[in-house]
Amino acid sequence: MAASPAVVVPQRKAQRFSPGLEAWRRFRRHKLAMASAVVLLSIVAAIVFGPFVWRVPINEIDFAAKLQGPSWGHPLGTDDLGQDVLARLLYGGRVSLAVGLCAMLVACFVGVLIGSLAGMSRGSVDAVLMWLADFFLSLPALPLLLLIIYLFREALKNVLGPEGGVFVMIVLVIGGLRWMPVARLVRAQILSIREKEFVEAARALGASKLRQVVRHILPNALGPVIVAGTIDVAAAIIAESTLSFLGLGFPPDIPTWGRVLFDAKDYLDIAPHWALFSGAAIFLAVLTINFIGDGLRDALDPRRVL
Amino acid sequence: MSRQYLIRRLLIVVPSMLGISLLLFTVLALAPGDPFGELASNPAVPPEVRAALRAKFGLDDPVWSRYLHWLVAMLRGDWGFSFVSRMNVDTLILQRLPTTLVVIGSAQLLAIVVALPVGVLAATKPYSLFDQIANTLAFIGFSLPTFFTGLLLILVFSIHAPEWMQLPFVYRADVAGTGWRFYWEHVRQSIMPVMVLGLFQGASLVRYVRSAVLDVIRLDYVTTARSKGIGERKVIIKHVVRTALIPVVTLVALQMPIVFGGAIVTEQIFRVPGIGSLLISSILANDTPVVMGVTFVFACLVVFFNLMADLIYAWLDPRIAFR
Repeated sequence: MAASPAVVVPQRKAQRFSPGLEAWRRFRRHKLAMASAVVLLSIVAAIVFGPFVWRVPINEIDFAAKLQGPSWGHPLGTDDLGQDVLARLLYGGRVSLAVGLCAMLVACFVGVLIGSLAGMSRGSVDAVLMWLADFFLSLPALPLLLLIIYLFREALKNVLGPEGGVFVMIVLVIGGLRWMPVARLVRAQILSIREKEFVEAARALGASKLRQVVRHILPNALGPVIVAGTIDVAAAIIAESTLSFLGLGFPPDIPTWGRVLFDAKDYLDIAPHWALFSGAAIFLAVLTINFIGDGLRDALDPRRVL
Repeated sequence: MSRQYLIRRLLIVVPSMLGISLLLFTVLALAPGDPFGELASNPAVPPEVRAALRAKFGLDDPVWSRYLHWLVAMLRGDWGFSFVSRMNVDTLILQRLPTTLVVIGSAQLLAIVVALPVGVLAATKPYSLFDQIANTLAFIGFSLPTFFTGLLLILVFSIHAPEWMQLPFVYRADVAGTGWRFYWEHVRQSIMPVMVLGLFQGASLVRYVRSAVLDVIRLDYVTTARSKGIGERKVIIKHVVRTALIPVVTLVALQMPIVFGGAIVTEQIFRVPGIGSLLISSILANDTPVVMGVTFVFACLVVFFNLMADLIYAWLDPRIAFR
């Protein structure tokens, strides 16, 4: 084919669209969510890489430097034993964020499982499972959390060691008390998606129920679950900090953010920096996660015009 | 509200209460540790005495019979004896309950008083500057954990405030003074706990109120009201808000479990002598009967508030009762 050199059609790249790109484009328009993503990423980076840069040990006791305000040697000051608050917060952030993430995974796993079971089976199984979800929703979470931790702490400590035991228990209990919203979301999504033509096509081709759910329905029901999961991370961080703040979470040698605040609260008048920095860490993490969840809600809702 | 709905709704309470009691008992039964563990390790107590004690208190019975036994005792009001306070658990809880209810009640009131006007105003001008500021503040409000807000308030109002506006940060049941002075002192020491809880609740309530009003404000009957020439103020207050508040009632009740969580934390920070701080101190002192009793009371309160919400909801919106 002879190309005419005179007319050069400027080859505009065809605009690519994918659900991911589209969601990203929408997410970027939520300014607070974008700013929050940047802040949260820097917090995560500081927590993950910080201890390699800031090599002060978390448990170096120095009574000569106790309860000091911020200085060059201790950017966030020291606590009542002269331990460096920055090092403790960097270490504690790992535990706090890990608890948040793992509890969210537990909640999402249980929620998706029960929601799919209820949505696909209808009838009496559905009714019982949803009654169970309603029942769990009406339980007072914090008193129950305290009760379970009070009764089972010693036993798990003996099996998994003081740190591992408390970690597993807190994650399981927080996650186990937060699956209900996810389950209801997944069930509602399944009830509407299972009647769509593409699922009917899969059914007609002989796809098993499991395959219908895993391959066809769940990927299309993911948006609200992601949003709920994001907010669950924030809620789990608050729950863990609350437990530690009440003195019933991790043992004193594991400085999670809530635990540091618990230790700091009795020195509020002479060393306010101690409480302020640890509280600010919790607040910043929770606030940014909530904003990101809000941004994701806008980005992942296909009906929303943005 | 039809009588039928009332009865049907009241009947739902029974399985929820049974479920809660079953859950609590299961947790207690699965928990390691034996109430006679101390006797087992004590060489002065011969094994046959231990066995006789176990048989007397029914510890070797099958689980279901222990559950029934426990349930009947709970229903009769025999909640056990507090090892630490040296008194019956139900008396102890009844002493502490009014304080908690007053604090929670005033906090909810504060939350509603703050959230209603702000939410409605934000919804009448969506995406305006006011709406954006309110939304951001709401986000900050429910991202601030109650224990941190409490410490911040203590820092500001008890440590760094000038003398005349300082607030006490320890709640005292035995206020010195009589008459007006007595009430004034009580109000003064309740300000901080109520503010912590109320603002946290109000922050999440603002967003609910806003979206509820936004749902209603676009409906046709509102346009009709406007086209009849009714002033905007009157349309909002008489037509929009009255309808929009119906779902908010349910949301206030559904928030109750979270409120109780917040109440435990605030009571602990400000040393308010309610059942929340009782729960924490009993846990720290290994006082199992009190821990069980307080948890059960919290669960009952949640069930009760859910019931109230459903009844109020059916009363406000008669369509519900006919479903």
